[in-house]
Amino acid sequence: MSLLEVNHLEVRYRRLGRVKAALRREEATFPAVVDVSFTLEAGRTLGIVGESGSGKSTVAKSLIGLQPARGSIRYGGREIGSASHSEWQRLRREISMMWQDPVGSLSPRLSIASLVTEPLKIQGGKRSPDDADRLLSMVGLSTDLGSRYPHQLSGGQARRVGVARALALDPKLLIADEPTAGLDMSVQGEILNLLNEIQSRTGVAILVITHNLNLVRHVTDEVAVMYLGRFVEQGPTDAIFRHPRHPYTEALLSANPSPNPDERHGRIELSGEMPSPFWRPAGCEFHGRCPHARPDCADIVPDWAGEGERGYACRYPL
Amino acid sequence: MSEQKLMHSSDAMRGDGHVPLMRIEELSVDFSTARGPIHALRHISLDVAAGRILGLVGESGCGKSSLAYSLIGLLAGNARITHGVIRLGDDDLAHLSAGRWRALRGKRIAMIFQDPMTSLNPVRTIGQQMMDIQYRERITRAEKRKLAVDFLAQVRIPDPEARLDSYPHELSGGMRQRVCIAMALLTRPDLLIADEPTTALDATLEVQIIHLLRDLQQQFGCSVIFVSHHLGTVAELCDDVAVMYAGEVVEQGSVDEIFRQPAHPYTQALLECDPGSIREATRILPTIPGSLPDLRQVPSGCIFQDRCPHVFERCRREHPGFYSGERTQLTRCYRVAGEGEMTS
Repeated sequence: MSLLEVNHLEVRYRRLGRVKAALRREEATFPAVVDVSFTLEAGRTLGIVGESGSGKSTVAKSLIGLQPARGSIRYGGREIGSASHSEWQRLRREISMMWQDPVGSLSPRLSIASLVTEPLKIQGGKRSPDDADRLLSMVGLSTDLGSRYPHQLSGGQARRVGVARALALDPKLLIADEPTAGLDMSVQGEILNLLNEIQSRTGVAILVITHNLNLVRHVTDEVAVMYLGRFVEQGPTDAIFRHPRHPYTEALLSANPSPNPDERHGRIELSGEMPSPFWRPAGCEFHGRCPHARPDCADIVPDWAGEGERGYACRYPL
Repeated sequence: MSEQKLMHSSDAMRGDGHVPLMRIEELSVDFSTARGPIHALRHISLDVAAGRILGLVGESGCGKSSLAYSLIGLLAGNARITHGVIRLGDDDLAHLSAGRWRALRGKRIAMIFQDPMTSLNPVRTIGQQMMDIQYRERITRAEKRKLAVDFLAQVRIPDPEARLDSYPHELSGGMRQRVCIAMALLTRPDLLIADEPTTALDATLEVQIIHLLRDLQQQFGCSVIFVSHHLGTVAELCDDVAVMYAGEVVEQGSVDEIFRQPAHPYTQALLECDPGSIREATRILPTIPGSLPDLRQVPSGCIFQDRCPHVFERCRREHPGFYSGERTQLTRCYRVAGEGEMTS
């Protein structure tokens, strides 16, 4: 049994009021996430990669019950998609979230010590006076920081406080939304090393949401690439990096070029921008930007192809 | 070692045969704060070669943006140029009257900012803004409008005529940045300063903007200063690069030389940290241990001494000048001068 099993997840956002939609004879809602399915085992890391507007953060929100969704979300074998408020309170002890904005997600009025122990306070349970020190040293912060406030921290330190809060309750599943956004290259490594180290010690399963494929390569076991609310390619990280099958994955992979002039290979330039999810293109939704598109890609929706853990939505894979 | 020489900073980049458009000499900038002045830039000497793209790279707080802003006279109110000159033609931009700045800014020197939404006026149409910035030109409105359409077409905006009547919020982030580039180039500047122009954009849009900048630079022949923390992008776009750390340029030269054989320990560490340069997947990523020095009390000696794996006694005592080995790149490091050997 997998720790987390998501099947045919669909999230719709409202676009128009009901009256306006009826008058215009248009749909009042549009799908932001379409038919997303994956599983995550304990101790493993899955990366969901995509650009802004691809729906990756919406997936994260629906997994912690902050966004109503259709489809099935099973956690530890139990369906949690329709869990009640009180059930969610208990579940959030086991499923925790690291938010994208490290400083914005910390209350400016609480000291760092109160911030890292806040989850313990909310969830009850055994508490001791040295909780704050224990959590701060777990994420490699000096215990002196306990008396400071969020605005006095650097971006990297605020991230570590976010990690400490997310891990305070020993969760089984950690959802990290852009865990390194806004950090310098030398500090990004520190945060990722910390997550890797904590995972190997506690066996927590991690879901990383990011736009940076090159970062995913070093921390995830499996990766799913999202485009316009759908998974377009999914599989073991190694295999996807060695040989991407979907042209969108290939383009994303080329987007973080090596600084070594001897290894410089051209980045793949996609034409245009991601279409609006209000008006999805017919056929393959990527065909308008795809450098390898063929005429029938504009008409025929590609089926999910591939074998085993590896899959992609392309009729003419690379 | 006969081939190694101590370069005086004003000789910086003279050996490579490129004609400088702008010459920065010994530029120092302080920011005044309640807890005393921060020495944010110290003795920067750098040439911006005519018709080439110079990358300014470094991590947050290294002073790359402050340097860029000082070159267009847009430093914050609490900043003060304490030392040095910035030569552009017959002007010294470090000591320029407000009137003279008005003549230069937006004409000889233009800038593209990080966030295209906040650098466009939200209550005026794209067309109005593009005609506004041609206020110096003695041409008719129709001619100004035509020029605006031409430049929108240059930056590959589809249906440019119709776009003139759009407001910034009606355009996507990538389109807005294209408009900003078109506006910056409209006055045919000699120097275009781009401050992290792709940081707010998605990866696939970043590629488009980088390729566009490269094409336009070649077409217009202007010099570009490209400020970025992203080494791969700098390697792809720039001809020359200056690596900054804690308010100093620690290494400068051509992109080919510096990224192939970085000589400064900071440049080496930075390149190692870039996930784009690590080919094999690894669970333990390299980092640079330690933290930035306090720029209120700048340590004597080398600025990187506390984080440098190769530090020796002289590094703590004396501040290194620029040295060059057999190549033309300049490095503020005594190791390039030969281990501990006195060369002056």
